[in-house]
Amino acid sequence: MAEKGKNRRDFINTCFRFAAGASLVGVTGVLAHKTVSGNTLWQIDTTKCTQCGRCATSCVMTPSAVKCIHVYDMCGYCDLCGGYLRPNVKNITTGAENQLCPTGAIKRKYVEDPFFEYEIIEDLCIGCGKCVKGCGAFGNGSLQLQISHDLCVNCNQCAIARDCPSDAFSRVPADEPYKFSGFKKEQKD
Amino acid sequence: MSEILKYLTQTGNIKKLVTMLSMFILLLTSGFPLFAQQQRFPKPEFESGYTQPVTSMPEARADFYAWFDVLILVIALSLITWLILKKRSRRGVLAMSVFSILYFGFFREGCICSVGSLQNVTLALFQPEYSIPISALAFFVIPLVYTLFFGRTFCAGVCPLGAIQDVLLLRPVTMKTWLQKVLGLIPYIYLGLSVLYAATATDFIICRYDPFVGIYRFDATFFMFTIGAIFLLLSAFVARPYCRFFCPYGVLLNWMSRFSKHHLTITPNKCIQCRLCEDSCPLGAINKPVPVKVMEDRPSATKRFIRLSLIIPLLMILGGWTLSNFHENLAKVNTKVRLANELMLFKPDVMLPSVEIEAFKTAGTPVQELYSEAAVIVEQFYLGAWILGGFLGLVFGLTLSSLSVFKYREDYTPDKAECVSCARCLKYCPVER
Repeated sequence: MAEKGKNRRDFINTCFRFAAGASLVGVTGVLAHKTVSGNTLWQIDTTKCTQCGRCATSCVMTPSAVKCIHVYDMCGYCDLCGGYLRPNVKNITTGAENQLCPTGAIKRKYVEDPFFEYEIIEDLCIGCGKCVKGCGAFGNGSLQLQISHDLCVNCNQCAIARDCPSDAFSRVPADEPYKFSGFKKEQKD
Repeated sequence: MSEILKYLTQTGNIKKLVTMLSMFILLLTSGFPLFAQQQRFPKPEFESGYTQPVTSMPEARADFYAWFDVLILVIALSLITWLILKKRSRRGVLAMSVFSILYFGFFREGCICSVGSLQNVTLALFQPEYSIPISALAFFVIPLVYTLFFGRTFCAGVCPLGAIQDVLLLRPVTMKTWLQKVLGLIPYIYLGLSVLYAATATDFIICRYDPFVGIYRFDATFFMFTIGAIFLLLSAFVARPYCRFFCPYGVLLNWMSRFSKHHLTITPNKCIQCRLCEDSCPLGAINKPVPVKVMEDRPSATKRFIRLSLIIPLLMILGGWTLSNFHENLAKVNTKVRLANELMLFKPDVMLPSVEIEAFKTAGTPVQELYSEAAVIVEQFYLGAWILGGFLGLVFGLTLSSLSVFKYREDYTPDKAECVSCARCLKYCPVER
């Protein structure tokens, strides 16, 4: 009796094992053709970004993995830089009271009359997007918020993507990790 | 334009600057497009031989490492399975746990993990436009396959979430069976909710409320740190509180492990029923021998069977109906539904627009489009709530009926479903191989 019961139990067990195995193979099979071989990365679509400032606070990293990246090819090297200076400044100097960046992460360097180079010090940048807003409004929009992939831990579900009001975050293939806008490749040559 | 700039800076005409600035501000406030297509200030031609710096575009971790992680997972799983089943060594499991905490935990910062990959798989199954990274699929499937053959060796010391709780277990207290059974229902609820939210592309709640990932990254918010710390403190006394009473992936492993072929046995040979291992399991996952009782008479057994088979569908319908009443509340987590809700209640003359509403207006999508999209999502939630409620009713019913099922057992055996193969019980067994 006990022997018979054990046999039956073993048989049912084997059946269930095959069923579980088959469902696993099934799921893998269904998804196999939907996989991407490489990893995907999170990136900001700069055309959708409204510089609301949540990138600075919502990221799981402190400071945020979102940084302002300077696309030099688009920069006009303005003396009166909308990304560097506060609106209505009295004089165009590097004085702290004139700077728009809350952490002083933009370095202004004289190039030649009347042009200035603006460099983002990535370690200081918190990704608040104030300068991006200023540059987009007054200038060429060469300052753009992007996820810096050396800092991003590539969360399964990006915490900023969830909080982004303009739906600007998306998963991008790893071979095109940056999404600058208004950036024409011809200008490079 | 640059000449104007030159003129302005050379003369230092501040008044003109101010008027220009205020003009710009006017432009900004009047809704000037933020990203103009043409360059307002063309790039200057430099005469001083200035070389333009390169725009910094730091590279991501190479794809190769994703494969490397999968390789490490397979090696770790094979090694720990060998240590548990062949070497029967608790020390080996401990060493693997420490390795997992260091590698998958602190080094890989808790991402990617099998627990979360469950959501990627769900999202890929339900949302055709999402393509799942192959490493996420591998992290989902490989531990399940191993569990189907060897029991929950993944839980024993490869999962960084389990490992960190396991190494902290100092003084396990035994829990009452009823409490264990009741708390053991939470993972099913959690699994159901996370599948519902992943399937509707709403959120990955497992990752959002992962209690240990913030600790692994040294970067937790206060709220998440508190939850993580509570779990870690608790795990000194209650074995693996997260694994047993929350982990949604544990539910799947539990199902797989029930039918595992080569599960760990407490004794390497024949059980002599010395009762030494009886209280050794901190998880209470050792099944005791059942004394042979008088068999239940047929009429009463038939009655019990009929009652149980009526209760389960009843619970399913009840669960589905209850949850479907709350489907709108469940759907509110979705950003689109929330935005649509907010827009419907928005009164422009008395309320200040939120950041979301402002961004939505800037984007210029018609409101009706959003409303219809939100309606579709709410509809999905209605269906999902019925399924989730039915699933939970089934689980509750089966748990209830399993309490009254009599299963004849002679020896001390690990409960295949609950046992995480931590190998603590092995050293209590006096039987030689």
